[in-house]
Amino acid sequence: MKAAVIVFPGSNCDRDLAVALRAAGADVTMVWHKDAVLPDRVDLVAVPGGFSFGDYLRCGAIAAQSPVCQGLVAHARRGGYVLGVCNGFQVLAETGLLPGALMRNAGLKFVCRPVELQVTTTDSAFTQAYRPGQRITVPIAHHDGNYFVDAPTLERLRGEDRIAFTYCDNPNGSVADIAGILSDNRRVLGMMPHPERAVDPAHGGTDGVPMFAGLMAQLVGA
Amino acid sequence: MKAKVHVMLKQGVLDPQGEAVRHALAALGFQGVGGVRQGKVIELDLAETDAKRAETQVRAMCEKLLANTVIESYAIELA
Repeated sequence: MKAAVIVFPGSNCDRDLAVALRAAGADVTMVWHKDAVLPDRVDLVAVPGGFSFGDYLRCGAIAAQSPVCQGLVAHARRGGYVLGVCNGFQVLAETGLLPGALMRNAGLKFVCRPVELQVTTTDSAFTQAYRPGQRITVPIAHHDGNYFVDAPTLERLRGEDRIAFTYCDNPNGSVADIAGILSDNRRVLGMMPHPERAVDPAHGGTDGVPMFAGLMAQLVGA
Repeated sequence: MKAKVHVMLKQGVLDPQGEAVRHALAALGFQGVGGVRQGKVIELDLAETDAKRAETQVRAMCEKLLANTVIESYAIELA
């Protein structure tokens, strides 16, 4: 699997993502935000957490307009895989690749702690290595993770089984406890929790490992 | 010409920051504040001198970047 990790000014989980992907066996290239072209034949583009462009205007808004995001959108439209974590999820929502928006946490506080998630669908490369309904523990660290989507779109997400993860105890006010969602072709995943921070026993848990293993299984030799 | 863009959370979208401000006002003794909504104002200095064209231009900026129309509405003021 060939993966590219995008680096914006203010990204701070880019290397964590690269470490997690390499540990799963991926060949990883870091891509600077000013590069309009992604590496050749890349299978997965990962958009990391952090505070791209200082979260100015809205989280992810400026990053979504950067040259590399044109390449990212083209990659997704071609059917390429995309993983957006935390700020990466905010960027994907701002590009329109995923529906909805991430608003300020309902409690107004930055929340940084491990949370329990439920795997809501296993019908995707990202979640196929989990058991249906499995509960996993993954850290969150965000101020703007309050997922909002209008009622008709929420119904569509439910009907199409596109809610990937839900919070067992909602930490931020997200609609329907949503922690992560899939695109309609199930190849783009955006999630606020950080699976890349749960891939080594030294992290306090390894519940993120099946995500990278599942991607690897799907994309090995692809 | 100058343009002022007001960006607000849409009606019906909960504004927890506005709510926090409302509580703080009540704690300070300001009575009778029924609701507070917090938004932002963006001022633009435009080369365009025709109001109609300027508005079209600013509207495009709002749709593309200045507002996220999933959760926000905007109003444009030209001067």
